[in-house]
Amino acid sequence: MAELLLEILSEEIPARMQARAAEDLKRLICDGLKGAGIGFETAQAFVTPRRLTLVIDGIPAVRDDVSEEKRGPRVGAPDQAVQGFLKGAGLASLEQAEKRNTGKGEFWFAVVTRKGGPTAEALPHVIDAAMKALPWPKSMKWGSGTLQWVRPLQSIVALFDGRVLEGEVSPGGAMAPIKFGDTTRGHRFLSKGEFAVTRFADYEAKLRAAHVILDPAERKKIILEGARRLSSDARVGLRDDAGLLDEVTGLVEWPVPLMGTIDAQFMDVPPEVLIVSMKVHLRHFTTTRADGALANRFVVVANNVARDGGKVIVEGNERVLRARLSDAKFFWDQDRRTTLESRLPSLKRIVFHAKLGTQAERVDRIATLAMEIAKAVPGADAAEVEQAARLCKADLVTGMVGEFPELQGVMGRYYALGENLPASVADAIGDHYTPAGPNDRCPTAPASIAIALADKLDALTSFWAIGEKPTGSRDPFALRRAALGVIRIVVENKLRLPLKPFLKADDLLAFFAERLKVQMREKGVRHDVVDAVVSLGGEDDLVRLLARVGALQAFLGTEAGRNLLTAYGRAANIVRAEEKKDKGLAAKIAGAPDAALLEQAEEKTVASALDQVARMVKPALAAEDFAGAMAAFAGLRGPIDDLFDKVTVNVTDRPEVRLNRLKLLNQIRATMDAVADFSKIEG
Amino acid sequence: MSNPSAVRGKPTCFQELILTLQDYWAAQGCLILQPFDMEMGAGTFHTATTLRALGPKRWYAAYVQPSRRPTDGRYGNNPNRLQHYYQFQAILKPSPPDIIERYLGSLQAIGIDTTLHDIRFVEDDWESPTLGAWGLGWEVWCDGMEITQFTYFQQVGGIEVDLVAGEITYGLERLAMYLFDRKTVYDLPYNRADCEVPLTYGDVFLQNEQEQSAYNFEHADVDMLFRHFADAEKECGRLIEKKLPLPAYEQCIKASHAFNLLDARGVISVTERQSYILRVRNLAKACCETWLATQKKPALSAVEGAA
Repeated sequence: MAELLLEILSEEIPARMQARAAEDLKRLICDGLKGAGIGFETAQAFVTPRRLTLVIDGIPAVRDDVSEEKRGPRVGAPDQAVQGFLKGAGLASLEQAEKRNTGKGEFWFAVVTRKGGPTAEALPHVIDAAMKALPWPKSMKWGSGTLQWVRPLQSIVALFDGRVLEGEVSPGGAMAPIKFGDTTRGHRFLSKGEFAVTRFADYEAKLRAAHVILDPAERKKIILEGARRLSSDARVGLRDDAGLLDEVTGLVEWPVPLMGTIDAQFMDVPPEVLIVSMKVHLRHFTTTRADGALANRFVVVANNVARDGGKVIVEGNERVLRARLSDAKFFWDQDRRTTLESRLPSLKRIVFHAKLGTQAERVDRIATLAMEIAKAVPGADAAEVEQAARLCKADLVTGMVGEFPELQGVMGRYYALGENLPASVADAIGDHYTPAGPNDRCPTAPASIAIALADKLDALTSFWAIGEKPTGSRDPFALRRAALGVIRIVVENKLRLPLKPFLKADDLLAFFAERLKVQMREKGVRHDVVDAVVSLGGEDDLVRLLARVGALQAFLGTEAGRNLLTAYGRAANIVRAEEKKDKGLAAKIAGAPDAALLEQAEEKTVASALDQVARMVKPALAAEDFAGAMAAFAGLRGPIDDLFDKVTVNVTDRPEVRLNRLKLLNQIRATMDAVADFSKIEG
Repeated sequence: MSNPSAVRGKPTCFQELILTLQDYWAAQGCLILQPFDMEMGAGTFHTATTLRALGPKRWYAAYVQPSRRPTDGRYGNNPNRLQHYYQFQAILKPSPPDIIERYLGSLQAIGIDTTLHDIRFVEDDWESPTLGAWGLGWEVWCDGMEITQFTYFQQVGGIEVDLVAGEITYGLERLAMYLFDRKTVYDLPYNRADCEVPLTYGDVFLQNEQEQSAYNFEHADVDMLFRHFADAEKECGRLIEKKLPLPAYEQCIKASHAFNLLDARGVISVTERQSYILRVRNLAKACCETWLATQKKPALSAVEGAA
């Protein structure tokens, strides 16, 4: 058993692409090995800003002959099918194939044998194919070449059992091929020249000596532990930011966390501004004081061991930060000289979307919607809702939001508070973009709810009206997120707000149903149960809809529920089968069965049981007591079973009796469908 | 590789920064060109980059380009925003395998010691909608400060390049502020403090920033600019028909600058903006295509150096 070591060294790979690329390389090489009939035990991928590395262990040095059987077309099949089979199997003629009887007829079979041999001979092809197939989100060519890679390739280490594999990658043009070798390079600044490696253990150790920590998990740990230690030494707490940590891990081969200080003059700027500015522009980690407020220390992770211990690096970062925060402070001071109210005319100059008018027009629509929605939100004060709606987009024309678009809403809230507007108005401005994702908080204050819903419903109906509906993975206006936001706000606040009057288009309601299914599935609710309730149609009160789903799921979990489902299935199957034979049947069997034509006791029992159930279900549904409605069905199972045991539905000699019995079965279906479409439930 | 900084010493002022970069890239085999004598938004618009990036011929060049971005004017009140500033640009086509090492050498030359500083390559892809050009690369950070834009050109004028040019762009004022530790661009020493007539960047350019900002935002004659745009567009088309890509491209640059001024005057709406960008791009594309046709004809190669 031997080890394959592969390292692809290039110029700096964008941080956001690294983890995925390492996984893709591993998958492609492993698939390639399997395809070539080469076994292995373990595979591990690593990535740094400059290298993709893969080590695969437990590969046999010699590959066995592999014989593979391929079934072809039936003997006597058209020539086209036969030719296709021969081509696919790599045979010259049918003489090389054999006939075999499979029990379902005589078929052509091809037995293809692939020669084995030293594994080392097969590996270069596997590597080459994997590199060609590696899907970079964006790739480029360089020099005079034509090869596409994320950034220019520099060298490739490809060792099997400690020996260099025979192979190369050609960038094309007048450029020299990059031959598989056993040499690599260390850190860009902390190491000089090339060095040779033999096996993974040797490679990893030599890289470490050359100031490269290969494993991203280890780099991450060094960053996190270092940042925490520096923070605790300075008596502050590190603010967690998993996304930033991942990115910084992808920017350094030798992480050196250092601590710097934010100039005191900036500490009265809102913390969100400082945090965004530091994260976006400088990839700095921020810290908090014991009381949770933003502290004046930050952590920067350098990719260098400076000979002065990092003093110059920290000073440089502090200097750049000062320039950045001066901008931010300038905007903060400047913006507060103008009220949100007086900014409203400027919204007339901002186009929201070419076909949907300006932001000012959008604000008008949001205000109208919000006032309407507020009627259904307990505790909402109409005047506050109106004020918040009119001001909610005013921060878009502030200097700060121009510089940091991600602070929209947040700044509006601060500026509103600064003007001594009611806190509920300020909060509604600040909250109205939420929830921005499944893990984001959902507004709960009445005015916030009204504005947040109006913002999203306006976006949905407006884009819908101009035909900008999401398709496949394309959702440029984040309408799926908007719909999920509406669902969450309504459901989590238990708002009794029928959506239909706000949606205007039927397929928009269906879009909501689809989003709801996705959301419920993520919460572990059976999709068929959601389907059964949604396909009743017309339900636009999400709270009621989910209560029904909950009751149905609970009912189906009981013995009585499962039994009744079986009975429903039998009744529905018979009716469906007869309906297939007779297109006009559906109309003939609508409505209640004729009591005079009910002959057998079992029929009469079912009919009266159905009557009774219907009488119980109706008020229960009206009272939204869905559990009660489901419970009423529990008594149906026995009579229905007896009916199927004793009564023949399709009597041949008396058509009127047959029709009446089908009516009875149909009535079972109709009664149950008042609660949910049981035909959607999967066994 | 010779080390010009050993001769000249670490730069101490704005002009020495330029001289050092010129010496350095000259030693790397680059032609040292002069700025293009027209108003343009960035060094990329210089024919030495936009047109020379196309075609099968090798091309190493470096130059300073005054760059005008009318909307960035701040009447001289902002410490680092200018409507007129300088870029230093090196372009190496095809990009040599050691281009990053060469670039790092230039940092050493201007006095950035990599044993003291933290140099980082952060993903930053470049795109110019008006030139129909894009490339992949990085912004290079020194201790968190963006000091260079590094791009491998992939397309110019909507045409995929034959040979990939590596383009290295230094924002000179920003770099100088970092090197010479000044909080505002106007305090930068333009020449040496110990020379006979020491002057700051502000001595040279503050009045220009004030007046040009007033012109860009308040006084530029809008009707005239719309006329200039239309005229340049028309002239460019006519010259393309005559197969004169270099004069045609100058009209494209004119149209682009007129558009930038109109944009600063705030008279172009969001939707119109898109259509103006598209019109400039169409001109750039036509110029690039016509230029490329001249490059593939070997007969013209004799006069190439004069272009």
